[in-house]
This record gives sequence, structure tokens and C-alpha cells, in this order.
Amino acid sequence: MISLIDYGAGNMASVRKAFEHLALETEIIDKPEQISKATKLVLPGVGNFKSLEKLEQTGMRAAIQESVARGVPFLGICLGMQWLFETSTEAPEVQGLGIFPGKCARFTETPRSLHVGWNQISFCNGSSRLFQGIADGSYFYFTHSYWCPIESSSSATTQFQTEFAAALEKKNVFGMQFHPEKSGDSGLRILKNFGELPC
Amino acid sequence: MLSKRIIACLDVSGGRVVKGTKFVALRDAGDPAELARFHAEGGADEVVFLDISATRENRTTLLDAVRRTASQIFVPFTVGGGVRSFEEAAALFDCGADKMTINSAAVVNPKLITTIAKRFGSQAVVVAVDAKRAGSSYGVWVKGGTEPTDRDAVTWAREAQECGAGEIMLTSIDQDGMRSGFDCELTARVSEAVSIPVIASGGAGSGGHFIDVFTKGKADAALAASIFHFGLQNARELKQELQKSGIPVRLPC
Repeated sequence: MISLIDYGAGNMASVRKAFEHLALETEIIDKPEQISKATKLVLPGVGNFKSLEKLEQTGMRAAIQESVARGVPFLGICLGMQWLFETSTEAPEVQGLGIFPGKCARFTETPRSLHVGWNQISFCNGSSRLFQGIADGSYFYFTHSYWCPIESSSSATTQFQTEFAAALEKKNVFGMQFHPEKSGDSGLRILKNFGELPC
Repeated sequence: MLSKRIIACLDVSGGRVVKGTKFVALRDAGDPAELARFHAEGGADEVVFLDISATRENRTTLLDAVRRTASQIFVPFTVGGGVRSFEEAAALFDCGADKMTINSAAVVNPKLITTIAKRFGSQAVVVAVDAKRAGSSYGVWVKGGTEPTDRDAVTWAREAQECGAGEIMLTSIDQDGMRSGFDCELTARVSEAVSIPVIASGGAGSGGHFIDVFTKGKADAALAASIFHFGLQNARELKQELQKSGIPVRLPC
């Protein structure tokens, strides 16, 4: 069972449909006790970093922290990946999980302030578990205006204005700046790899 | 490198796919969900449904088509046409659309862009601008390109961005259905005026037209309807042609 964390913002439906297409069972959860019972967690996300404060207010942040520490596989998508850092200049008062050091910053205004579309990723090393079966240089669909810094756990980077982290992988914690659920066969393969990780 | 997007556009009326020439003379071309999957598998980077029904009575049929399509394709899926309110936009997202386009209603009430963007994010709000040349500038037309307004296309695109639009879908009414090329001048003017992506639409008839709109027109993406519909090319073939001219595209796909 893959548990999708709902914090009241963004569209859960497309991530859920992608897992269902892969015949992987999902549930949508929004309570700390549900998070504690989950064996695989996904934090999807679109929208504003500020919306993530709901995780703190509802006690879900602490539950996620505890599950991650126990080794439960966790995948943060887009905003969900940004939340794995300390914070974002989008809403500096909202605390991220801080698993990865640094903060997310905004792209410059010109000529394009949003990174929207299909971009290629470059692997940082060949050993990523979620990129099994994916070729280096594959295209994925991005849509975001804030970016995450590259650090030692980055498993792939991409280039738009600057080079930034496209994916992260540290033990049981994974992050994708792009949307695997909207990235065709390559994206579905990543979700399948996540679904097949041992619990 | 960020690639230029080729977007398959399906004009939908009464829950069926049709394609107009200059917004009239419809021709039935099939089931939306089937065609959406066909285009996604053929290498389209995104799929757009534009509901061009003249009346509201087929809204349920549209929503049903959106729902069926969203469970079958795993590339970005945009739906628009005739959206008048926040509730109608929300219904599209509920049915699985990733983005929605808004046109006439936003011209009347630009705050609607902000309301939808605040709830669903700017990335989900595409403002469609239908422009028609008027002397040395371009005017905004509404209601499926049948009614002029006093707005200037470039100024309106910038205002839409300030209201929270994530992308501009820019259609040249003059070129739509002509298959003689995009209006690159219009596209470049709008593209230079905004910092959000511009999707060019109207006039595609050959690979060369896409090369022009991505270079001279400075478009981030281009919409193609008629060239896909009747077996001229699929997106993959089109992209192969673009790649040979140095346009960055998603290949293999």
C-alpha cells in the first residue's frame, strides 16, 4: 500500500492515477496516526511552500519525521521534495523537514521565471534505486519557480538558469523536482521502482 | 536543456473531437480519450482539450471525457473552453485535468485568474488569448473569436501574468485553420513582454512553421491540431524534423 499524504493543497488525483495504472494500491491520508501506520509514504505537491505549514499544524510533520527515521520509504514530489530541505525563500517562516541542508530559492524573472516543460536530467552516480531502467539524459516534466540546491545526496541534476537538484536519494528518502506522474513511460518506471522497494 | 513543447490540441464539442477552420465548419474526428492516448503515444508533450460547444448542456459529457482521458494518459493534460467560474474550473481539476485554460471570463473578470491560481497554483492556470491583427497592433477577441474587445493582446497577456497566470496560450485568429504558418510577429511580441511560457497556436501546416515559431516567434511551446488530426504527421515525426534544425525537443519519446 502506498500512502499519499494530503495537506489540503495540490492535486492528489494524478499521482494516484499513475500508481493505479501500475496496479499499485494507494490510499490518501491526512492524520498523524495514519502516517505512523503507513509502509510507504508519498508527499505530492504543487503550489506554495506556505501550504506545507498544514503538516506542522496537524502534527503530520512529526509523524513523518518519526516514520522516516524508522526507515519507511518516503518520496517527495516537486514541492514535496523542496520540503525535505530546511526552508524556502517562498515562505521562510515555514520549516521544512531539514533532511537535506540548504534552502530553496526562486528563479530570476527574466527571460522566464517558471521552469515549465520537459527537461533532461543528468545522473550524479549510477546507483540510484529509483532510476533503475532509466537512461541518463532522459526527459521529465517540470513545473516550478523555486529550485533546490545540489548536495551530496543529489541523484540527478538539471539545468535551467542554473544547475540544480532534479532528484535526491538518501537511504529511504527520495525526492523528485519533476513530476514522475506526468513524465510518460520514464516517470511511470520511477513510480514502479518506488512501489517495488522493500518496505 | 529545456525542450520546446509540441502540444496536441483536440477541439471537443458534445463530447466528441471536432476541428474547425476559422472556428467554423466542423468535422467529426472521434473519441477524445482515444485520440488523447493516440497523441500521447505518438510523442506529444502535452494534450489539450478545448471545449468549443456553443451551449452548456454538454458540460457533463465533457467532464466524462476528461475523466476517461485523465486515467489513460500520463503527460500533462489541459482542459478549457467556456470556463466561467471558479466552480467550473474546480470541476475540471476534480476530473483529473492538470491545467485549465480560461479566456472570455478572464477578460471580463481578471480576478478569476487570481482566485483559481491561489487554490490550484499558477502552474494550473493557462490564460488563452485570441488575438486578431488591427493595424500595427493586435486586439483581443472573445467568445470563440467572434467578439472584439478594447484590449490590446500584449498588454492583456502581461496583465494576465500579474494576476497569476502560469502560461499564455496565444491564438492568432487570422492564421487559425489556414495552415500557412503561425503569426510569428504576434507571438514574439507577447513572448518578449511576459516571463511565463507562451504557447503559440493557429496556423500550423508544416514542420517549417514550427521551426519559425520557435525561432522567430520565440514561443516556448506550440499547439498543433489539424496537422495531427488527419494522419499528416504525429508529434514524433514532427520533432525529428525540428531536431534536425537544432530545435531542442524531447526525443526519444
